[in-house]
Amino acid sequence: MTTNGIETVIGLEVHAELLTHAKIFCSCSAAFGGPPNTDVCPVCLGMPGVLPVLNRRVVEFAIRAGLATHCTIAPVSRFARKNYFYPDLPKGYQISMYEAPICTAGWLDVLVDGEPKRIGLTRIHMEEDTGKNIHDAHGDASLVDFNRSCVPLLEIVSEPDMRTVAEAGAYLRTLRSILQYLEICDGNMEEGSFRCDANVSVRPAGATTFGTKVEVKNMNSFRAVEKAIAYEIARQSDALQHGERLVQETRLWDADREETRSMRKKEYADDYRYFPEPDLLPLVIEQKWVDEVRASLPELPAARRERFVREHGLSAYDADVLTQRKDVADYFEAGVAAGAPAKEMANWVTTEILRLVRDEKLDRALVIQEWPITAAQLARLVTLVQQGTINRNTAKALLPKLRGTGRDPAELVQAEGLAQVSDRGALEQAVADVIAKHPAQVEQFRGGKEQVLGFLVGQVMKASRGKANPQLVQELLRAQLAKA
Amino acid sequence: MSALTDLSVREAAARVRRRDVSSVELTRAALARIAAVEPALGAFLTVAGAEALAAAGAIDRRVAAGEDPGPLAGVPVGIKDIICTNGIRTTAASRILQKFVPPYDATVTARLKDAGAVVVGKLNCDEFAMGSSTENSALGTTRNPWDPDRVPGGSSGGSAAAVAARECHASLGTDTGGSVRLPAAFCGVVGLKPTYGRVSRYGVIAYASSLDQVGPIARDVADTALVLQAIAGNDPRDSTSSPRPVPSYAAALDRGVRGLRLGLPREYFVEGMQPEVEAAVRGAVQQLERLGATVQPVSLPHTEYAIATYYLIATAEASSNLARYDGIRYGLRVSEPSLRAMYQRSRAAGFGTEVKRRIMLGTYALSAGYYDAYYLKAQQVRTLIRRDFEQALGTCDALVAPVAPTTAFRFGEKTADPLTMYLFDIFTISVNLAGLPGLSVPCGFDQTGLPIGLQLIGRSFDEETLLRVGAAYEAATDWHAKRPPA
Amino acid sequence: MALTRDDVRRVAILARLELEPAEEERLTVDLDHILEAFARLAALDTKDVPPTAHVEDFGALLRADEVKNPPAGDEPLLNAPARDGRFFRVPKIIE
Repeated sequence: MTTNGIETVIGLEVHAELLTHAKIFCSCSAAFGGPPNTDVCPVCLGMPGVLPVLNRRVVEFAIRAGLATHCTIAPVSRFARKNYFYPDLPKGYQISMYEAPICTAGWLDVLVDGEPKRIGLTRIHMEEDTGKNIHDAHGDASLVDFNRSCVPLLEIVSEPDMRTVAEAGAYLRTLRSILQYLEICDGNMEEGSFRCDANVSVRPAGATTFGTKVEVKNMNSFRAVEKAIAYEIARQSDALQHGERLVQETRLWDADREETRSMRKKEYADDYRYFPEPDLLPLVIEQKWVDEVRASLPELPAARRERFVREHGLSAYDADVLTQRKDVADYFEAGVAAGAPAKEMANWVTTEILRLVRDEKLDRALVIQEWPITAAQLARLVTLVQQGTINRNTAKALLPKLRGTGRDPAELVQAEGLAQVSDRGALEQAVADVIAKHPAQVEQFRGGKEQVLGFLVGQVMKASRGKANPQLVQELLRAQLAKA
Repeated sequence: MSALTDLSVREAAARVRRRDVSSVELTRAALARIAAVEPALGAFLTVAGAEALAAAGAIDRRVAAGEDPGPLAGVPVGIKDIICTNGIRTTAASRILQKFVPPYDATVTARLKDAGAVVVGKLNCDEFAMGSSTENSALGTTRNPWDPDRVPGGSSGGSAAAVAARECHASLGTDTGGSVRLPAAFCGVVGLKPTYGRVSRYGVIAYASSLDQVGPIARDVADTALVLQAIAGNDPRDSTSSPRPVPSYAAALDRGVRGLRLGLPREYFVEGMQPEVEAAVRGAVQQLERLGATVQPVSLPHTEYAIATYYLIATAEASSNLARYDGIRYGLRVSEPSLRAMYQRSRAAGFGTEVKRRIMLGTYALSAGYYDAYYLKAQQVRTLIRRDFEQALGTCDALVAPVAPTTAFRFGEKTADPLTMYLFDIFTISVNLAGLPGLSVPCGFDQTGLPIGLQLIGRSFDEETLLRVGAAYEAATDWHAKRPPA
Repeated sequence: MALTRDDVRRVAILARLELEPAEEERLTVDLDHILEAFARLAALDTKDVPPTAHVEDFGALLRADEVKNPPAGDEPLLNAPARDGRFFRVPKIIE
């Protein structure tokens, strides 16, 4: 895809914080949010004489991620030290992987505006996270908290296969979705459990070599990634078109100004002096373990999406929305299992329920803990609407009443007398009353203005305090208006 | 001099268990000896008198209650100040850790305590274990108990001197390129470097991660075996520690040497060796033959490359291991308004000359453009050196060699040119590169009365053979019984 | 000369060591001298020789994913040269 004869090349590097109980190299809790410097020990503080010991579950999660993205799992992989000085890096080096990562040569299939595209994955490796720096209140010092030090990360590096912002966005969302399904990362960009750096370059269309690569960091949401890449594409294309030289550099996204800025130049670029980590022996992964992990993989998003279309007759769009998060897909299927008709259940989940979830930020965690109502309750509600017992508006109004209770919607409808009025006789009278009260609109309708019918239906609904069956009201109105 | 401080570890522990003597008495005797001797000797950086007496008292109460406190019951020991001791200052003989008090024990410290030993203090060494004479200590000078104008050897100089001077019954040192074997030889005591991975490195302040090992120093082979027994074995906190079970080292001691094949590496008998050292080692070889061992020449052809290989690998690892000393979480900080200046000045003020030199060398060897030529190349030559030993130990049960080219040298003799000091490690350094065990036992004295050490090098995890040969040799000689002037 | 003064400066920055001019001078001489002595390694044929990164013959130790460390009290901060409550305090970090 080219614009003005210029092609964009994008690669994405994701760091995913893993949902293990303990840290990667020590037995401190990896949980977020403790008071500063409490989830720490001599090992993750880098004290004299300490040594790392690898958490087995981190390896298992890496294998899961590798298998889900069609990578080759290396039978032997090695840890390496990445050496640099920074206050949040206690040992003065980060234990990572360099020449021999655990996973290589994978790929993801993504949908961009409904069209499939395959994006390659260069490598996945394990490493430890750093602590956190914050500025102190007076602004003349920084404060360091090592709770996050040694929390396990997976670094996932894509091939530079993306050509548009949309492809980058689709890749990121698909990757996050996969990691969530695997239950290895909760994918929360705002909270920092899912981080993304972008490599962006441009070149004249048809060129075979890559242009100067710019690394972009500090994007804290999916939208920010998209905006930052778009900004860079524009900036670089502009420079290219004017014959200006582009510098290979790192730029930071400024969310307030909505632009990227060059990072402060450092005297002598950091030389990380990677070398094999002497304190950790080569990681040998037997085929047996890989096979066990493969057998335990859940149904992945793409497969589940296709199955929803096939088995539940959903549209590709609805299936896509429902399967982006595993907990949402699970909720939908629980409702169907409880008797809800699939299409209606899908409709309710993708509109009413997900709106509430997003507004109240209930989707922060990997698995939504508090649904507005349970899948079983929603299934009942949806079924009641489909049967005609209540109308859709009544059902919507019931949501807040059901929330936090275990009540059966049918029971609540009964108790409050909310059942839809579908008695023709009662409704005939109400319809006649409304026709009598609104001669002007009746005139307009008879004159050909179809949309006035909606107003009249609304009046009948109002008179019945929302309980009238709107389809039946419409039918009766048309019938009565036709006479005369 | 109290007779109590002369007791072997075995004898002292046995008497405590029999209640012939209390741990408190042993500890008081050690502390008195320390007080008497330290002004001249300077082996200790920290004497932990109060803690030691408290621990000794606890051991005595347990004995009184009918419990067995362990194989080292109530015996005063010293620990090289590069090994962490909970609540007792641990400095690595550096200004950068001059005030550091670890809130944790190294695994070897905990195991010594579990075996009933009483830690009387922390012993001087070369700063961050970098050196062969203990002259690089930033916090004190240790003298050779046999001659105060001479070095005790290094880097575990304090550990060897303290044992030789009867300040404690045994000690722990660390050996990265010879740092247990060399001072043991210079001070006339026994020192063992175990196979890499035999003893845990957790809590041992790292110098060169793929080479460091903790080793016991004692006055005879049986005591050395006893201390090794207490500290050896797998540690879940150290990923490089071996899962191999620990045999009974005591059981190996009496097997004699009849039928054992000993190899003499021709590259280890070179020009420039002090003639008495060569004579003593060859004399020891003849003694072993008389005891029933056979001796054959072997070759370790890559010996001439060992120094370069060691100093590139060790300094590279050290440059990374010492990056944590940045004045942020512990250690010396020089207050500066900017972060960069704080790092640079704290480290400049905290590290001594040799440490800086090795950090610089190691950083260079790993840096972009030089990694292949230096670090990677050294790792490859290390493979060749390992193969040399595998070959030689294919036809022999152990190798016999000198520990050092000369006996203890004078202060300042080798400090003008760093390379001179580096070359001194020539007989010990390859053993660390190959990860093999090495034992130093006294085998004579030179004309001025300075001790000479005999080195035995064994197969991986075959400390038993080394201890067996050492014990047999010791039984037939009395070098180890001689003591330095009071 | 294998090693120049500029090399020494660059390496000193990587290692975060501030050197006095006299130290810089001496280090340049010392390191150059040492590296020259080590240059003989280059002459050794190591084609197809695998590097030894570890002497052991067993693979990585793996531990179970269990939290064994209780929340820390004051120990992490006891040796801190500068602290602010439960934080370590450092000169301001400028991005």
